[in-house]
Amino acid sequence: MKKSMNKYTTIKNVGKQGIRMILLLICVSIAAFFLVSLSPVDPLQANVGQAALGSMSQEQIAKLNSYWGVDEPPVERFLSWASDFFRGNMGISLLYRRPVSEVIAVKFANSIWLLGIAWVISGVMGFCLGALAGMKQGTWVDKVIKGYSLLIASTPAFWLALVLLMVFAVWLQILPVGLSVPIGMEAAGVTLADRVRHAILPALTLSITGISNITLHTREKMIDIMESDYVLFARARGESNWSIFKNHGFRNVILPALTLQFASISEIFGGSVLVEEIFSYPGLGQAAVTAGIGSDVPLLLGITVISAAIVFGGNLIANILYGIVDPRIRKGGAGL
Amino acid sequence: MRKINGRVRTAFLFGMAVLFLALITIGGQVFAEEAVVTDFSRKNLAPCESYLFGTDWMGRDMFVRTLTGLSMSIRIGLLAAGVSALLALFLGIVSATMGKAVDSIVTWIIDLVMGIPHILLLILISYACGKGFRGVVIGVSLTHWTSLARLIRGEVLQLKEAAYIKVARKLGLSPWQIAWKHMVPHLFPQFLVGLILLFPHAILHEASITFLGFGLSPEQPAIGVILSESMQYLAMGKWWLALFPGLLLVLTVVLFDVAGESLRKLLDPNSAHV
Amino acid sequence: MEEKKVILEIENLSVSFRQYDKGFGKTDLDVIRDLNVTIHQGEMVAVVGSSGSGKSLLAHGILGILPYNGILGGKIFYDGAELSQKRKEELRGNEIVLVPQSVAFLDPLMKIGPQIRRGKKDEASEKKLDQIFKGYHLEKEVQELYPFELSGGMNRRVLVSTAMMGNPRLVIADEPTPGLHMKMVRRVMSHFRELADQGAGVLLITHDLEQALEVADRVVVFYAGTTVEDADVKDFAREETLRHPYSKALWRALPQNGFQFITGTQPYVKDLPEGCPFGPRCERFCEKCRGEIPYRELRGGKVRCLYAE
Repeated sequence: MKKSMNKYTTIKNVGKQGIRMILLLICVSIAAFFLVSLSPVDPLQANVGQAALGSMSQEQIAKLNSYWGVDEPPVERFLSWASDFFRGNMGISLLYRRPVSEVIAVKFANSIWLLGIAWVISGVMGFCLGALAGMKQGTWVDKVIKGYSLLIASTPAFWLALVLLMVFAVWLQILPVGLSVPIGMEAAGVTLADRVRHAILPALTLSITGISNITLHTREKMIDIMESDYVLFARARGESNWSIFKNHGFRNVILPALTLQFASISEIFGGSVLVEEIFSYPGLGQAAVTAGIGSDVPLLLGITVISAAIVFGGNLIANILYGIVDPRIRKGGAGL
Repeated sequence: MRKINGRVRTAFLFGMAVLFLALITIGGQVFAEEAVVTDFSRKNLAPCESYLFGTDWMGRDMFVRTLTGLSMSIRIGLLAAGVSALLALFLGIVSATMGKAVDSIVTWIIDLVMGIPHILLLILISYACGKGFRGVVIGVSLTHWTSLARLIRGEVLQLKEAAYIKVARKLGLSPWQIAWKHMVPHLFPQFLVGLILLFPHAILHEASITFLGFGLSPEQPAIGVILSESMQYLAMGKWWLALFPGLLLVLTVVLFDVAGESLRKLLDPNSAHV
Repeated sequence: MEEKKVILEIENLSVSFRQYDKGFGKTDLDVIRDLNVTIHQGEMVAVVGSSGSGKSLLAHGILGILPYNGILGGKIFYDGAELSQKRKEELRGNEIVLVPQSVAFLDPLMKIGPQIRRGKKDEASEKKLDQIFKGYHLEKEVQELYPFELSGGMNRRVLVSTAMMGNPRLVIADEPTPGLHMKMVRRVMSHFRELADQGAGVLLITHDLEQALEVADRVVVFYAGTTVEDADVKDFAREETLRHPYSKALWRALPQNGFQFITGTQPYVKDLPEGCPFGPRCERFCEKCRGEIPYRELRGGKVRCLYAE
């Protein structure tokens, strides 16, 4: 009886968070739409006036006007854009001349490898380094790890990318400068090996920068745990450092680390914008820059909403996992 | 004995960091005109004694250019971080004192701002402002206040429970009087440290967004512009165009961190058993 | 009465912390200045002092778990030999055990059973724990619970169980009954009495004199970082048999003696007076009390006062 009650509250909580996420997403799209409407640049003038406009049907142009035309009031434009967006029609990219959803799908498929690899590497490495430093607080191991993390946190990702580019691509010439697809090759002709080779440097840059934040936060948590009453008592009971880590440190640090890991999605994505631009990696980040520079408003809005959805989705997953892993929430206790 | 030195050392560190940053800021402005001087008789020189950071393809002295660029970045950073911190202070206090509805609105805005990846939001705001200086300052100001606002909100919520605030309320002081007379002085150290620790992020994001082409215009010797231009010459082996300006940027950011952290230690005796 | 063997002897123990003031100053805070306690086998000694007088640090000092900036002075002898940090690390959790104040000292995310067994899964440990639980009338299912699921009644028994996993010869109970009503206190105290009767030395650290008098054999009175009196429980029957003015004040504050509290408060460690720490609140205070006060034998107990007779 009691168990089913708890299950019910869990589902209710997840539902609540899901609704909150959807509302936030709606607000994000309103805010983003509001921001691009403020711009002095008229996206239609900037793009559609060009030669390629001829290739568009009259109907498409009318559609574009209803979203971005300066004559229409912004609220109406938003509603017509949002209602189409809701039905899966994100509009036509002004630069790529293809549906935004298609462009995003292709770019996302490219990015997901890069982001995924960097996310896993920075998460695992950051956790290990942070936990180690926190356990050994004040020793030289801690100082080296903390120093490295602080230094990297102060280093702009794009400059680190430039340095790696100089070392590996220009100086040692062991890795390609950029481009996920070598020029002059059909997309189908790209081998997996090519893809991997071109993803190494961007993934490396993202991992190196991603590690530092996770390390620093995990370290702080670990230090808190090491100063807790239960670790004090464990020590009083003769547990060794290893036993304390195995029994208490790991168990207690993994929960905040999990949250941190999902919260870091936003940061990794932000980093990918810069890194993809530098390595000419045709992913979502590069598309965002291109769209921003070229006033491709439909694409820019599409990417904003999708990436916000990914970030909120990450937070939602973290909350759900927390509920599953933490016995105090799982068993319907008072929580933290 | 060594323990006393630890504290003096922190103060010394703080002083040195501030001094160095001031030197960069002022130096960059003094040399601002020299930074744009082109001289094709000395183009593409590798770092040497007279040109510490080398020269670029137009014969501009990279050391002076870097200094000027950093100076501009620091000034933009100061402005944006200052606005951001004031915004954080205001929203943090308002959120904690003006009742549940206001609190949930502010928390909602914080979640909203944090939901869009930083760089993407910067691109959007910069686009809204038609790029340029204004876009960068507004963008960086509007994106960096969230965590400090959360911190101040938490601090004020704690303060509200403090005995002396409760007494002040019983004495009939208005919320604004309490906020101004009792909370702001208590929050000031936190605010100051938070402000200084905002600079590095502000500077890094200014440089990043300029690097991508959304910030300062290419004519200005901003650090982001310098690094962005250097990209085309990297493949030709002109490594110094990117290496030294970047290193100096990292140094600047580190120095701001050092200044913020050492000030925090000096203001809070309990945090330092160093 | 046969002479029992001394299990723990603490001589002039001090614990201090390095602290920083605003700006550049620093001070060493002597939280414990001069503490003397002796415990025999089978004996239960209560160290009684008011809250915030640094009593817990005594337990941490014996176990070698002071924070990194804590400095331990004086001498501790265990079982006839000096208790070095290395020996503390070898003995703690086995021969020397701590029973903490509350379940907050248990890992919130680890089940009770594995936690008491310190993560060990061998048959011998499991069997031993089953036996201990039987002894304290705890169901085996309790081992599968998390600390937050324990009921108030189970809490104490679980905490005492942690001590029994080793072969305790010295049990340190740090304020084991905070906020409990008297009936519960008696039951918890009976567990410790049991341990003492089985031959272990028990050090009870508490702020509650009344509780201490019910179960302990001897009471050591602790005031502002210093032990001021060491007395048999019997001495607390009447005010006259007590030695130190502070002990007498504590006695008068007992409910059965009329709840008379003395004025003033215990000085904070930073503002301790020279010489006798009780001086500012003492009626018989004089110039001599500003000097060194010896801890001397008197009528079968000990006292740190120039006038006690």
